[in-house]
Amino acid sequence: MTMETTEVTADLSTGQRLALLREMILIRTFEEAVLREYHADKSPGFDIGKGLIPGEMHLSAGQEPVAAGLCAHLETGDALTATHRPHHLAIAKGMDLRSLAGEIFGRESGLGHGRGGHMHLFDPATHFSCSGIVAEGFPAALGQAFAFQRAGTSNVAAAVAGEGAANAGPFHESLNLAALWKLPVIFVIEDNDWGISVARNASTSVPTNAVRAAGYGMPGVRVEGNDVEAVHAAAGEAVARARAGGGPSLIEVHTLRLWGHFEGDAQGYRPELADVPGRDPIPAYQRKLRDAGLLSEADLAEMEGEARTRVEDAVEHAKAAPAPNPAEALKYVFVEGE
Amino acid sequence: MSISTGTARARQSLPVEPEAGSRRLNTAKALQEAIGSQMEQDDSVFVMGEDVAAYGGIFSSTTGLLEKFGPQRIIDTPISESAFIGLGIGAAVEGMRPIVELMFVDFFGVCMDQIYNHMAKIHYESGGNVRVPMVLMTAVGGGYSDGAQHSQTLWGTFAHLPGMKVVVPSNPYDAKGLMTAAIRSDDPVVYMFHKGVMGLAWMAKNRRSIGAVPEQDYVVPIGKAKVVREGSDVSLVTLSLSVHHSLDVAEQLAGEGISVEVLDLRSLVPLDREAVIATATKTGKVIVVDEDYQSFGLSGEIAATIAEHDPALLKHFSRVCVPDVPIPYARELEYAVLPTAARIEAAVRTAVTA
Ligand SMILES: Cc1ncc(C[n+]2csc(CCOP(=O)(O)OP(=O)(O)O)c2C)c(N)n1
Ligand SMILES: [Mg+2]
Repeated sequence: MTMETTEVTADLSTGQRLALLREMILIRTFEEAVLREYHADKSPGFDIGKGLIPGEMHLSAGQEPVAAGLCAHLETGDALTATHRPHHLAIAKGMDLRSLAGEIFGRESGLGHGRGGHMHLFDPATHFSCSGIVAEGFPAALGQAFAFQRAGTSNVAAAVAGEGAANAGPFHESLNLAALWKLPVIFVIEDNDWGISVARNASTSVPTNAVRAAGYGMPGVRVEGNDVEAVHAAAGEAVARARAGGGPSLIEVHTLRLWGHFEGDAQGYRPELADVPGRDPIPAYQRKLRDAGLLSEADLAEMEGEARTRVEDAVEHAKAAPAPNPAEALKYVFVEGE
Repeated sequence: MSISTGTARARQSLPVEPEAGSRRLNTAKALQEAIGSQMEQDDSVFVMGEDVAAYGGIFSSTTGLLEKFGPQRIIDTPISESAFIGLGIGAAVEGMRPIVELMFVDFFGVCMDQIYNHMAKIHYESGGNVRVPMVLMTAVGGGYSDGAQHSQTLWGTFAHLPGMKVVVPSNPYDAKGLMTAAIRSDDPVVYMFHKGVMGLAWMAKNRRSIGAVPEQDYVVPIGKAKVVREGSDVSLVTLSLSVHHSLDVAEQLAGEGISVEVLDLRSLVPLDREAVIATATKTGKVIVVDEDYQSFGLSGEIAATIAEHDPALLKHFSRVCVPDVPIPYARELEYAVLPTAARIEAAVRTAVTA
């Protein structure tokens, strides 16, 4: 079993590279808009239950390379399970932005008609789901992969969770079962160094989760540098293997939590806080493409403009949508007519 | 770490519900104080859980304790609830007194086997030969749009399963006294604090989340309810954050000449059935206000307790609970299913005219 550090500069076309950047910019634009709207009406002070977007908010800024690099290989019919920090993956998987924003705002127009919220996004159109319970997305991905296998399709399931989740039982049970039954699953660990306030070296007994793959009989790789192209390369291999019937793989990406664990987190526990903005992967990738002569200012302006238009449309749509009717609070507990 | 002092400590008696005095604390500080004081006196006590050290507990249950007691006794864990709750059980079996935090009660699903098949059953299965003096501390409750997996109370589920005591403080005084009693108990105690009673700066709060707390150590006995407001027309039997709403409604309706008694259960296991029967006998009209799911739980248990005592006692019984639905995310929906002051008030008005 391999435990390699990938620093591949993959053989990508300019179009593919620009598409990766475009995806990351769309995600960041969305997260910045949620950040703005979330904090717009919670003062004076900070009251988590107040405002147009209430509740816990876990944003994914800094982790865009994982979503863009992985989802570039996923088809609409492939499944993806995510966590309490799901927006980047939902967007890269192709979720309708209006439905996503509507759910975050708790509107009837939302994906779950306001019943779920931002940690509970279930989208049959893109086979996307997530859970607020750490590590509970792994088993579901196994089941989706099982169904694809039984149906004789070449669809695959990807399960993404944080490095903290890799210490939970369901992760280990799922790796064993996926390998045992050769299920078409791609396990992706987003190592952002932190599980809330607990540093990875205070929670994890091995230097990288890639080594854990060997214990379950599957290939494991670690991608350093929060590098979207390296994620793309590693995910490409793993997805191809799964599609071809070669069974599951594990990829750990060393990524970055650019903001707090949730909004309102002062991050007093985080000693490297001052360095964090300088490690933002998006300006870094822009620089790389610009230096290579692949990205013009006009390209970038167009990407940013398009992202802004799409995101603000989704936000406006959510704000204008009606709130759910309190008289229908009990609707959807069971299938109607059953 | 010494591991043998726990049982001896538990037998030393402390004042029971002394005068509250004039020093005011919020519930979180009262809870931290109880843990800190017991830790100072008994080095077999330690705290373990996710984000309990540098962070001080997501809902401030352990703020400041790392600075006082260091990382050997205030211990951050991986996200491995079965392992660390099970570890707590093993340590307790060997004589330590762990306080283990399950960050949200909603997460019990990933570790319930350790809790109900082990923590709760070892004493019985061992024929009384093995004790599990452990506190499982956990945050409960909704009201701030945290959705279906982070807003439940679930105390009825724990109370249903034999072998663990269950306490649910509603205010700072009880929070300190019940935590002190829980740490010193030789039985496993599930200590459930509602996020909305802690007095957190970042969450809406009722003024009752701040109150007078004695500086000395004391206990609030586990299994003893308290009439927190006397009344003669209707009894509200309730607990946790719903006590705050019930008192608000009682105060408001007093102006109209409606006299509401409020019974704060404080413990579910053991349940103070005498106190329930006493208030039912007094008013003959009982409303259970419970933020847990309505069916198969606490509210039915209260009705059964009264009916078993005297089926003719009640002229009126109703419940203000969460109808059997996952807690919705959208504020409009969540507040339609929570036991709000408006729902309690409507229930009282119905009861007095019944
Ligand atoms: C079973 C369970 N335990 C604890 C939590 C509380 N919790 C939510 S997110 C989190 C940290 C997760 O860390 P990681 O998996 O690294 O993901 P990240 O937040 O860094 O993206 C914790 C402890 C939970 N939601 N579910
Ligand atoms: Mg993490």
